[in-house]
Amino acid sequence: MTAAELNALTVHDALARLDNGDCTSVDLVDALAAEIQTRDGDLGAFVSVDVDTARAEAEAADRARAAGKGGRLCGIPIAVKDVLNVRGQPCTCASRILDGYVAPYDATAIARLRAEGAVFLGRTNMDEFAMGGSTENSALHVTRNPRNRAYVPGGSSGGSAAAVAGGLALCALGTDTGGSIRQPAAFCGCVGLKPSYGRVSRYGLTAFASSLDQIGPMTRTVRDAALLQEILSGVDPLDATSVAAPVPPYAAQLTTDLRGVTLGVPAEYGVEGLDAGVDKAVREAIARCRALGARVVEVSLPHTAYAIATYYIVATAEASANLARFDGVRYGKRCADAQDPLDLYKRTRAAGFGPEVKRRIILGTYVLSSGYHHAYYLKAQKVRTLIRRDFEQAFAVCDALLTPCTPTPAFRIGEKTQDPLQMYLGDIFTVTANLAGIAGLSVPCGATPEGLPIGLQILGPAMKEENVLRVGHANETARGEGWIG
Amino acid sequence: MNYRISIGLEVHVQLQTRSKMFCGCAVAFGAAPNTHVCPVCLGYPGAMPAMNREAVVLTVRTGLMIGSTISTYSKFDRKSYFYPDMPKNYQITQYDRPLCENGTVVADGGDGAKTVRIRRIHLEEDVAKNTHFAQASGVDFNRAGVPLMEIVTQPDMTSPEDAFHFLLALKQILQYADVSGCNLEEGNIRCDVNCSVRPEGQEELGTKTELKNLNTFKGVLHALKYESERQMEVLRTGGRVAQETRRWDADAGETYSMRSKEDAHDYRYFPEPDLMPVVLTEGEVDAWRAALPEMPGDRRTRLVRDHGIPEYDAGVLVADKALADYFEAAAKLAQNAKAVSNWMMTEMLRLLGETERDIRTVPITPAALASLVKLVDARTLNSNTAKEIFAELFATGGDPDAMVKQRGLAQVSDRGAIGALVDAAMAENPGPVADFRGGKVAAAKFLVGQVMKKSKGKADPQLVAKLLEEKLAGGGM
Ligand SMILES: [Zn+2]
Repeated sequence: MTAAELNALTVHDALARLDNGDCTSVDLVDALAAEIQTRDGDLGAFVSVDVDTARAEAEAADRARAAGKGGRLCGIPIAVKDVLNVRGQPCTCASRILDGYVAPYDATAIARLRAEGAVFLGRTNMDEFAMGGSTENSALHVTRNPRNRAYVPGGSSGGSAAAVAGGLALCALGTDTGGSIRQPAAFCGCVGLKPSYGRVSRYGLTAFASSLDQIGPMTRTVRDAALLQEILSGVDPLDATSVAAPVPPYAAQLTTDLRGVTLGVPAEYGVEGLDAGVDKAVREAIARCRALGARVVEVSLPHTAYAIATYYIVATAEASANLARFDGVRYGKRCADAQDPLDLYKRTRAAGFGPEVKRRIILGTYVLSSGYHHAYYLKAQKVRTLIRRDFEQAFAVCDALLTPCTPTPAFRIGEKTQDPLQMYLGDIFTVTANLAGIAGLSVPCGATPEGLPIGLQILGPAMKEENVLRVGHANETARGEGWIG
Repeated sequence: MNYRISIGLEVHVQLQTRSKMFCGCAVAFGAAPNTHVCPVCLGYPGAMPAMNREAVVLTVRTGLMIGSTISTYSKFDRKSYFYPDMPKNYQITQYDRPLCENGTVVADGGDGAKTVRIRRIHLEEDVAKNTHFAQASGVDFNRAGVPLMEIVTQPDMTSPEDAFHFLLALKQILQYADVSGCNLEEGNIRCDVNCSVRPEGQEELGTKTELKNLNTFKGVLHALKYESERQMEVLRTGGRVAQETRRWDADAGETYSMRSKEDAHDYRYFPEPDLMPVVLTEGEVDAWRAALPEMPGDRRTRLVRDHGIPEYDAGVLVADKALADYFEAAAKLAQNAKAVSNWMMTEMLRLLGETERDIRTVPITPAALASLVKLVDARTLNSNTAKEIFAELFATGGDPDAMVKQRGLAQVSDRGAIGALVDAAMAENPGPVADFRGGKVAAAKFLVGQVMKKSKGKADPQLVAKLLEEKLAGGGM
């Protein structure tokens, strides 16, 4: 097989090829490494690639496969967002403050993939500490949208989305705190699944907002996302918030029709500023679902209007504590010539964090301060409960919800960097799933006349990943375009 | 004018769990720096806490011992502040939903029992230990994450002595509950102290100061004596006590200001999102209550009742759980509790005091003490020899039976043999014999001593006295 053919494979196709002996894991690693070497200087999807280690892992996987052994991902190269700890690799979170840090352990998600034979190819760019929606907040470099180099790939998992959609990775891991898997998937034209809160262990995920963060797969097809999710799901004693719910065989349960499925369309999601192309593509998707046998009902999520304010209070409050550990004492960057501990913290953190991270730490510190705690943090928690209740009521009458993933397609690099609030408002359709802890999937559902992808968001009840995967897969199959490498 | 003192304590107690509060690292004192650490207790990126259930059980057991209400729902919170002893720069603690609320500890300081109300007991993680060198500072994270139970009292103590006696009573309960090593040298118990004074007759408490991190009970006593006097002097001279945190300098014997109220931290508490709330069922709590160890007061009553030892002795033994455990073990083997108690109250306590040793580590075992008691009861050993053997056992250990055999220490109780010695002593000392017969009774004592000397201390002194009396009265020789 040619390098171009190898790099265009889905995970399922690659597994079939490996089984048939059409290619080896080493072939896959070599082809991707060469492509990264050639094209990533421009695309900027990766922050580091460890070809030697990946090749060694691929060789081991090939040997295991030849011996009739090996797990469900034996020999499949995967790209990992730079926020997850992989033993022996740097984990910078695209921040200067983690300069020199090498992870001493595997995140649970990584350990699970490793146990199934996955090969860790490299680490992908992101907004610093996952704070942002364009990957422009990376302290390292810009990542471009593979569909159009002038546009952002979205964020914060922009590097993972660009790598998967841009032919530099067969699949990737992202993390989603307020849309950071789904929005870049929509912007770049790939599949992104944010699992329910507690579905995937967060142990080893450098925390941004602990009550919102989730790790999830970013892939070229829904079936691939289903396979990865089967492996990632499950309770972990190292993460007290992980949930001991049974893990269904997601991939095997996929169907091409939607008979017997009830889908809800939230009345509140026709927001001002919704791009006409996005609106049209999502309406077509709704019609397609109907044609596939689904019953479509209108539902109401009345507290949606408060979601962004609530999200930015909860997320920044938690972040202000989570990021306090980066102080120059134990690992990462340490500024020289400090006079005392406080001076060390100030100098290290001033030099180590970028402006968006500082903005959010300050905001989070403020909302938790005595005198403001009740007005902001506690109130936000109450609204969060109301938002969760909205979804519970909606899911009492439907199996999944259909919404746009983002109000607009990808924007130009630099277009919103001077206006953080405008950037925050782009999260309107995605943050609610994190606040409510439910499952959310983004699948491509069209493109603008300029060729920018549009994402359909499918939301499902907590621990019902099978619902959103089924709707996503039926849509993907019915559109018939399949994965375009 | 007279003043009233009000004192409240926050007592931090390290729990004796096998592993730390939120990770699998061992709880170990005295290990080389940073050898019991992992990504969790070092606050590495991505590491998450996993709750040690054992620490919850020990905290609840303490609460049950002092009559607390046990919360069936409690939770952990983050307390944020930047300091190099905090790996995450926030501490996981319990803010508004502690594991235990209310309760009482009765402290008896000799001038009557005093009841101190407990406000709450919560669970948190200990911090690292900082060491300052000439050019730099070092942080040892071995202690970071050790389970720490904080016991907060109401301001019910009205003198530094009250606080001291409260701490002794609390330590006793903690030992009986078997929840902590209670080793003050190892920092198992550390106190923060609140103190205020007010003019007699005034209801409302005065402005309080806080003294941080006192790690001996005597330190608490001395610091409070100094601080309460200082505050009274401030009021006497027309000043106002400033609300502040002060540090006790044990060497200088005084407290000095660390930071004022204005500089107080804003800890920005919020619920720890990485941990689930601690939910206990009534059934669990009932089971723990049923399995509670005996309280010190109950044990004292039982010792008097079952072993027939004096009330006072029982009080002294029970005051230190290890001492009482030792007593009961020895008494059971010796079948003579009173004799064991006598040894404990006299020789044992005296030597423990002189050598500053711990009853748990002395070489003399309860079995050895029991053997010694049996040897005396069987009149194989006389009391003087027994004391010498006790001292030796205390210092180096050993088996009294074997020692008696090896050294031929067994008491001579043979009438014939002792009679011969008595005869010899009388023959060698005609003067005292005549004195006795002339009415000087004290002369008999001298003669007994001479007989004992001849027997190298092995003669049964009672038998010696009896035979001597007979022979002197008999008028022989
Ligand atoms: Zn540890």
